[in-house]
Amino acid sequence: MSLSSSSLTSLRQQLTSGEISAREIIEEVVNEVSARDSETGAFLSLDSETALAEAEQADLTLPLGGLPIAIKDNINVKGQPCTCGSKFLSGSYTAPYDATAIANLRAAGAIPFGRTNLDEFAMGSSTENSGLQTTQNPSAPGHIPGGSSGGSAAAVAAGMIPAAIGSDTGGSVRQPASHCGVVGLKPSYGRISRYGLVAYGSSLDQIGPLTRTVEDSALLLNALAGHDPHDSTSLSEPVPDYTESLEEGVAGMKLGLPKEYFTDGISPLVRERVESAAKTLEGLGAELVEISLPHTEYAVATYYIIAPAEASSNLSRFDGVRYGNRAENPADMLSLYKDSREAGFGSEVKRRIILGTYVLSSGYYDAYYLRAQKVRTLIRQDFEKAFEQVDTILTPVAPEPAPKMGDASGDPLKQYLADIFTISANLAGNCGISVPLEPAEELPVGLQILGPHLGEQTILRCARAVEASR
Amino acid sequence: MADPHIDVRYVANLARINLTEDEVTRFESQLKDIMGHIDKLSEVEIDGIEPSTHAYALANRIRQDEPQESLPTSGLLQNAPDQANNQLRVPKVVDA
Repeated sequence: MSLSSSSLTSLRQQLTSGEISAREIIEEVVNEVSARDSETGAFLSLDSETALAEAEQADLTLPLGGLPIAIKDNINVKGQPCTCGSKFLSGSYTAPYDATAIANLRAAGAIPFGRTNLDEFAMGSSTENSGLQTTQNPSAPGHIPGGSSGGSAAAVAAGMIPAAIGSDTGGSVRQPASHCGVVGLKPSYGRISRYGLVAYGSSLDQIGPLTRTVEDSALLLNALAGHDPHDSTSLSEPVPDYTESLEEGVAGMKLGLPKEYFTDGISPLVRERVESAAKTLEGLGAELVEISLPHTEYAVATYYIIAPAEASSNLSRFDGVRYGNRAENPADMLSLYKDSREAGFGSEVKRRIILGTYVLSSGYYDAYYLRAQKVRTLIRQDFEKAFEQVDTILTPVAPEPAPKMGDASGDPLKQYLADIFTISANLAGNCGISVPLEPAEELPVGLQILGPHLGEQTILRCARAVEASR
Repeated sequence: MADPHIDVRYVANLARINLTEDEVTRFESQLKDIMGHIDKLSEVEIDGIEPSTHAYALANRIRQDEPQESLPTSGLLQNAPDQANNQLRVPKVVDA
């Protein structure tokens, strides 16, 4: 197996035993990306020289010493571009600081390498909304890689780099992981600092790892998690060693199957794979329990009020004054804002800003935004009740395997409705992981395992059992 | 719930974005579909339910008010499209 397609854990063993050097890993990753990414389009930019220099200095005694991690291009890495997949920032922005997630990776010895493509400002679930380039699904050519962290998922799935970091506001780590056949973890809200992650929906956003194995996911979470004084929503609960309990199995665990998730809306193949995975876990000693999450049918509507509302506020900072695109020769201040934003933003971003501005506007706030916040409470309570009965919840990640490129791009509502299985975890703040199952007609399919708030150890353990059973 | 028709041009002005004629037409039709779906929320019984502003309720977290290092002015200005005298420069707002 090549170094770039190895797991972090295996590379770490080879590094500490002296079989390979950190420099050799980076060199191979650089070679693989240079040779193969013209096909996949996962990376927007690379800084090979800095990474090679960092490899020379790598401290191999650290938990991620010398290991390269690709970074979604909406997370600030000092001295590198951070385009957010947008023409607004492309070519005109260099990060003046490291996001806390990046600082934490560096403190654990990792080398951030390469910036991965995404739906513009993380708005989308196909990476087709990137304003900069197209990303192919390396596991299913001609199909979308999913999104918004499509570049990160594709880079790992193609074997160009062992692991990557993405962000998940409504499924943007789990869904591309499922579509590309890798492991994608969305930690509980507040587990990882959001400082330096370009904000989309601040009450929903969470950074998470995309990896080849469940153990690598736990290894990265160890480094990324923890309180940060720069993010008042980050949690100060202690960070356990997430790798420790991975092999404890699922015997005696109660696994919930929400009846609202297994409806006619999902493809029979996806349903069959997920139900078969549940049976496998039952065979390993877990108990399957049918549960109800009665407000599921309102999740998409709730999400597509709250997320665009927060986005319309967050993206007001892109005004042509402080950074990024600026209109030439504007007549006045107002034209500067309007013209800079018109030229810089793509259609999906404009659509969500309009939707978000509308639901917050005078006369509509109570009818839409306030009502959505109340339904959000009900959705959270559904999960609280469910987790009194069960340890984790098993669901599909997406209703279908990765669609063909272009299939849904003209119909935003159709795309939004496909987020149904992932967005509730963001609304409720729970953790969730996508772990690959047997492909369906050669298309990757993931199982989503949802856990309660700060239930990462339990879902990782359950995901490891699924992985080990294949 | 309110009329699902959105006056896209009016809202775009509030959001400080110019849109092309084509975008206005397209968004009106797409947002009509989206608001049609969103209207589902009017079925939900929400009397007495507290709104959630966040996924996880956190009280204000206050740190000691001690001076700390922050980004230098050069870092804050390094991406500015236009600047002068260590400040951001914008079109004239008030006539002399």
